Amino acid sequence: MSRVLSYEEKDTWIHRLSGVTKLIFFLLWSITSMISYDTRVLLVMLVFSLIIFAMSKTRWKQVGTVFKFIMLFLCINLIAIFFFSPGQGTKIYGTETPLWHLFGHYTITKEQLFYEFNVMLKYLTVIPAVFMFIVTTNPSEFAASMNKVGIHYNIGYAMAIALRYIPDVQDDFAKIKHAQEARGIEMSRKAPFINRIKSMASIIFPLVFSSMDRIDVVSNAMELRGFGKHKKRTWYSARPFKRNDYLTLAVVVLFTITAFVITFWDGSRFYNPFI
Amino acid sequence: MKSKFGIKEVVAIGIGTALFVALTEVQIPLGFIPNTALQPRAALMAFLAAVFGPVVGGIVGLLGHALGDALFYGSVWWSWVFPEMVAGVAIGLFAKKFAIKDGGFAVKEIILFNIVQIIANGLAWILVAPVLDIVIYAEPAGKVFAQGAWAFLGNIIIVGILGTLIAVGYSKIGGKTSSLSRED
Repeated sequence: MSRVLSYEEKDTWIHRLSGVTKLIFFLLWSITSMISYDTRVLLVMLVFSLIIFAMSKTRWKQVGTVFKFIMLFLCINLIAIFFFSPGQGTKIYGTETPLWHLFGHYTITKEQLFYEFNVMLKYLTVIPAVFMFIVTTNPSEFAASMNKVGIHYNIGYAMAIALRYIPDVQDDFAKIKHAQEARGIEMSRKAPFINRIKSMASIIFPLVFSSMDRIDVVSNAMELRGFGKHKKRTWYSARPFKRNDYLTLAVVVLFTITAFVITFWDGSRFYNPFI
Repeated sequence: MKSKFGIKEVVAIGIGTALFVALTEVQIPLGFIPNTALQPRAALMAFLAAVFGPVVGGIVGLLGHALGDALFYGSVWWSWVFPEMVAGVAIGLFAKKFAIKDGGFAVKEIILFNIVQIIANGLAWILVAPVLDIVIYAEPAGKVFAQGAWAFLGNIIIVGILGTLIAVGYSKIGGKTSSLSRED
């Protein structure tokens, strides 16, 4: 499963941060990039996230395939926005500067290009943050730290189980798929639509049922070991908040507030260079 | 709600989310509108919500969608994550009525399940997702409503066929072993 991002052990200051610090960073970061349409803020965020990404010593091999995939989606999305609404930029920025006329009511305007540039920036600022969060956060440490900051350990544990079982379920999926293919089921694009749903069902059925069994087995095992009996539990891989965690959080919160102030300074979340 | 959240629910959320994430890469493209396809994971989520209730359905939808997007696509499209949770909660609210675990998932329940899932998906993809897209990302209304409508269509088809079949199948198997009930 090389197409999927996964945690890799390394020793940088980002890896040593608590998982919760990274989660809060990631959430605040993506909220800011979601809300802000201020090009200046987004550009600064992009530069920052690239610097942090470089610091995390993530190799291209870890994220390359996923990155190419995102770029494909991004392009399709940008084209779709233009296709559905070539006047969105004009609507937002209030002016119209036509560059080329294509056909019908499809005219490329400066405003539209700028708007779509911003959409692209919004994508690009979040991607390194997601990569970094997933590639540098140890799943069990993450669950433990979630509990450390006051989230009930049931939630932390559910999260830990999810992260722990993703590879297992993927493995099961691949096994069942190969078995069914060996029995002559066609999964490629050649098969007609309804057949593909049918053959997909023949993989998903065993997968779901075996997973339902697994839920029973795991929850029985946990029950036998007295899970959930006490209000608190201890963790093997918990990591206490250190100086760097507080520093990171302070910087991120400060940055978020500043970004919001700059974005909403003139009463609109769009940065308008056209007036 | 607290008393209903036991070990089984914790594990169901965990493994359900793992399943949801693993099924993220299984998609049948539906036409040319970006980011919409027949998603078997929607059927899985509807099934889990119908078996385990709104909390499990909602969290599997939220966590699974966010995690799946992050792992496979490297970005989290929040305006499409929350509708998944809405759909999960909405379907899960009727979990008792479906009686899947007790082997009672018959014609009447199947019809109810499908009515509920159509309403839940409509709420999620025709209402919540496009509105969030417009509010959060300021995307053009025409585009997001077209995407929402496609997602709605794709999801009700896949949940209607695959989700119903899984529920029927599981109800048949599960029915025989559910003579014992867990004590609260």
